[in-house]
Formats: sequence, structure tokens, C-alpha cells
Amino acid sequence: MNILFFKITLALYLGGTIAYLIYLLSSQERAAWAGRLLLGLGFVSHCLTLVMRYIEAGHTPVVNLHESLSFFAWAIVGFFLLLRYRYRMDVLGAFISPLALLLVIWAATLPKEILPLPPSLRSYWLPIHVTFAFLGDAIFALAFCAGVTYLIQERLVKSKRIGPLSQRLPSLEVLDEINYRSLTIGFPLLTVGIITGAIWAEYAWGSYWSWDPKETWSLITWLLYAALLHQRLTVGWRGKKAAIMAIVGFGAVLFTFLGVNLLLEGLHSYDGWFR
Amino acid sequence: MIGLNHRTAPLEIREKISFPEEGLVRCLETLQDLSSLTEGLILSTCNRVEIYAATRDPERGVEEIKGFLAQQHHLHLLEFESTLYALQGEEVVRHIFRVASSLDSMVVGEPQILGQLKEAYRTARTTRTTGTLLNRLLHRAFSVAKRVRTETSIGDRAVSVSFVAVELAKKIFGHLEGREVLIIGAGEMCELAAQHLVRGGVKGVTVTNRTWERAMGLAEKFNGEAIPFAEFPNSLLRVDIVISSTSSPDYILRKKEVSKTIRERKNRPLFFIDIAVPRDIDPQVNSVDNVYLYDIDDLQEVAETNIKGRQQEAQRAEEIVATEMEKFCRWYQSLEVVPTIVSLRERLEKIRKRELEKTLSSIPQLSEKERMALEALTVAIVKKILHSPITFLKETSQDSEGELYVDVVKKLFKLKEE
Repeated sequence: MNILFFKITLALYLGGTIAYLIYLLSSQERAAWAGRLLLGLGFVSHCLTLVMRYIEAGHTPVVNLHESLSFFAWAIVGFFLLLRYRYRMDVLGAFISPLALLLVIWAATLPKEILPLPPSLRSYWLPIHVTFAFLGDAIFALAFCAGVTYLIQERLVKSKRIGPLSQRLPSLEVLDEINYRSLTIGFPLLTVGIITGAIWAEYAWGSYWSWDPKETWSLITWLLYAALLHQRLTVGWRGKKAAIMAIVGFGAVLFTFLGVNLLLEGLHSYDGWFR
Repeated sequence: MIGLNHRTAPLEIREKISFPEEGLVRCLETLQDLSSLTEGLILSTCNRVEIYAATRDPERGVEEIKGFLAQQHHLHLLEFESTLYALQGEEVVRHIFRVASSLDSMVVGEPQILGQLKEAYRTARTTRTTGTLLNRLLHRAFSVAKRVRTETSIGDRAVSVSFVAVELAKKIFGHLEGREVLIIGAGEMCELAAQHLVRGGVKGVTVTNRTWERAMGLAEKFNGEAIPFAEFPNSLLRVDIVISSTSSPDYILRKKEVSKTIRERKNRPLFFIDIAVPRDIDPQVNSVDNVYLYDIDDLQEVAETNIKGRQQEAQRAEEIVATEMEKFCRWYQSLEVVPTIVSLRERLEKIRKRELEKTLSSIPQLSEKERMALEALTVAIVKKILHSPITFLKETSQDSEGELYVDVVKKLFKLKEE
């Protein structure tokens, strides 16, 4: 059942992405409306996918790569829909929906069987740790998209090419505000994610911190965002620098999430990843 | 429809022929009293005067309206007849759709005309000079205008330099509420740009000028504050937008000073609008992060690209107008009385036949004679029922309400519009 809903989700996200891209290029309000609708329906179907899979697996479905990518995409789309509700800003959808779509497509190419949970993961810390980590990551994905949009808009305004594209993109101020808000929400989530991870590690592996590559890289990510937050609050880093930092930070997020498991061996490598 | 506009009539004529709001109701009543007209509406703006009317006798209608225009303005018809245009039928529909969508305006895409047309319609409606035809026409015109506005980007491009400045400020700051502007120099251009910004929500206005009196004068106009010229660099820490147009032969602001200011402002963005020739602000300033500098040429260039963009969008808007016009004309033709009577008859005939057949098939023992009698009975009933409505429709088809009754009949009997 969850696979069926997953496929429906994929199709809806695909439709939503196409509609949003059309909106970006043509500024047809109907395209934005369609994008919103399809992405919203896709999100509902995605929620059902996760619930179904939870019921069928008996544990929070964030254990193998397929599940993790799917959960990550779910969180990104969810936050975007909230953001769009708050700022009435459809154009960002043209940047976020392709990202979510890519994650879901990747998830679709991976083995989707439900595997028995490895004993080391059988703990109520699993949903807590992973949820916080992914919610933080998803918020940073939004900041990343806002950052890319900011750089494009900044380029257009600076070089005085005020065409239809610039008309459609949000104002620099709003994009910068999204950057800041994402930081103030994402950073605590990431922090809690790391702390809960450490507590769980103490239970599971007998040590709070063992310099496993995933731990090291999340620390690097955390430090990057801490630096950005610090600079914002003290020196008033904003605009272009903040946007670039959000993009770099998201690079670190992706590496921590994917690169570490793909390239490095460590405690966070489990069966079902990359087979 | 009879009218004149900015293309056909010179300003002197347009000044003489206009219907000020105060006397509009009385003029509408006079118009309504013209014997050939059944409905009327007067649209009068500074760029056009147009009279829309429904009539059974177009030729006489045109003559009467022309006479009405002359008489209302105490002019001789010959003085302005050459500036008038008269449109009929489909052409009127296309014209009013284009007017409402601002395709016929002097500045294509400007938004005021729709409001003016709505106002003209409201007045005519409350004076009861519009009927089914004009009501429907105007409502369609408003919805066409809305379609054009949402489906093309004809309206959302700034085409004047001051508007471009406001649009840019919005692109940078999101909204202008609570922002502050500094005016360096006190020229007319400065004032115009500042006016647009204030209308856009900018709150604080600070003015500085080498001549103190002029700074004071302009500051008063905006309820702002005047500061001595030497002190303006300090206020750069506070304001968000700077409009500069001094007659200084040299740059009054350079990159170094601006970089320093931006650091002290903790990178809060600054938007410089330099409308002075020769320029007041070193173009290098634009390369500082979070600083945006536009000079007069930049603004003009943006305005010109916008005008070009509007022309492209206008093309798409014309297509919308064309499809909507077709729809309206189809509706109009369906208003004709005769086809309505025909389809009314057909509808009742159909019902009669169906019901008769049902009855006959349920009583098979009837003789041929009895069948004939039943047939005659039903025919007579239908005929009697239809007699007075059809007579009524035919009689009223010459009146102003004719179309209304046709419409009602169609709705009552669910007659399809073909």
C-alpha cells in the first residue's frame, strides 16, 4: 500500500514541479494555482505513504536510504507549504519542488522493501533523533532555495536587468528574512538532533561522542550555521553573504546526510543503504 | 457608440466636450429622452468622451447623439463632427472591451480607465438609463478587463521613471512602510520621485540642499525635516533610500564613504537614486554589497524595456478581447425574438408529443377517431397556452425591455442558446 501512495506522491510532485516551472517562466497565475494544488495533494499522499509504511513496518520509516530520502522530501514540502501560507509566495515553489522531486525520484530507484530493524536501532530515540535531524535539514533546504533565489534577484537588480523574471521573484528583503527565520528555526532543531543523537549513542554504543564520520560532519555543519547565526546577529551579515552561507551550509547538510554514508565507513552505516 | 478620444480630437476640443460629474445625471436623462434610444451610458474622462447607446434605429440614433453632443456643449456640430467616431454592433463590443482593458489608452495598461468606466456605469445604472443590453455588455467588459489583468502582465510594469524607482525600492525592501528617504538637492524630479515613494508608504522624508531655504521649502511639503548640506553623510546611517539631484559638477559620494556607511549600518541595504546630470554618486558605489545605485539612464532603460514588454502583452490581451467578443455576440444574437419563439414552440411540441405517446401506448384499445381527438386536444391546449406569451414577446420586442423578456422566457423554459 505504501508503495502505491509513494508512486502517487511522485506523480503529483512531478506535476507540481512542472506547473511551478511554467509559472516561473510565464507568470500565469493558473500555473501557480495548479502547482500549489498538485504539491498540496502530493503532500497529503506523502503523509499517507509515511503512515502506511509506519503501520506496515512497525517502526518509524527512516531506517534505509529510500525511507530517509522520502522523509526528507516530505519535510521539505511540508515546510514549503507552511511558508507559502505565511508569505503568499509561490515563486519559491519553482525552486523547492524540483529539489523535493529529485529526492523522491532517487528514493524511487532504491530498494523499497521493509527490512527488519537492526537491534541497535530498536529504541524510542530513533524517531526522536531522526525527526529532529531531518526537520532541521528540511528548514535548511528552504534557506538554500531562498539563498539561490536571493543571488539571482540580487544579480538582476545590481546589473539593472529588471525584466519579467525579476518582477516575479520575491523582494530581496523577504528572501533575506526567510534566510534569517530558517536559521533561527533550523539551528535549534539541528542542535536538538545532535544532542538526542549523543544521548542515544550513550545508550546504544556506550559513549556520547565517538568521532564517527556522521558525528564529525554534523558538528562541522552545526559550526557553519553557528558561524552564520553569530555573524548575522553581531556584525549584521545579511543579503548576499548570508545567502552564500546558506548554500554552503546546505552543502554540508547534504554531505552529512548522504556523502558520509556513500563515501565513508562508520557507525551510522546500516544494511539497506545503497544496495 | 459615438465618441472622441485623444487620438481623434485635439485637446481644445476635448476640453470643450466633456461631461463633468455634477451634471452627469441630468445629461443621462436628456440622452434617455431621445426618441430613438432605449439605453444609454456616458463615459467622460480627460482622454475620451464616449456615449454608448442601444437603439432600434442605428442611423437615427447616431444623428440624435451627435445633435445631443452639440446641444449639450453649445457647439455647432460642424466644429467637431470630424473628430467623432461612430461604431456599431460587434465593433462596439470590441471597442468597449479594449477600453476597459486599457488597450485603447494613451498609456497602454494604465489602470485608471477601468475605475472610470465602472463609475460611469454606476451613475448610468442608478439613473436607470441602462437595460439588459448595456448591463450585460458592461459586466462582460469588466470581466474581460479582469481576465486581461490576471492573464497578461500588461498592468504590472512601471513605465515612468518615478514609478520605476518605486518598483525597484519594493524589489529591494519588500514594502516601503516605515522606510525613510533622504533627498539631496531640491529639484522638481526629486520632488516627483519622493512623492511617489511617499504614496508608496515611505514615512520619514529628510531634505538637504546647499541653499537652506529650498531645503526647508521642500521638507515642509512632505512634513519632513531639513538638514544642513554638510551633515547629510550622517543621515545616511538612518535612511534607506537616497534621491540625489544636485548641480554639483563632481561626485558628492564615493565608494569609500559608502562602504564605511554600510558597515556602520550593519549591512542594512541602501538604495541610491541618482537623477543628477552630471552624476552625483560614483557609479563604483553599485559594487558595494547591499548597496543599489540607479542613475537616470538606468531608470529610463528599465522604463523602456517595460514599455516594450507591455506591447507584447498587449498582443495577448487583444486575443482575449477577440474571443470574449465572439462570446458576447453569440449571446446577443440569441436575444432575437423570433428564434426564441421558434424554440419555445419546438420545446412545447416535443413535450406534447412525448406525453401523448405515453398515454396512447398505455391505452391501446382506443379507436383511430379517439386518437385523433386526443391529438387535437393536446394541440389546442399547447396553442392556447402559448398564445398570450408569444403575442406578448412579439409586442414587446420593439421596447427596451424586449430583450429582458426574451431572456426570462429562455430561463423559464430552459431553452438552450445555440
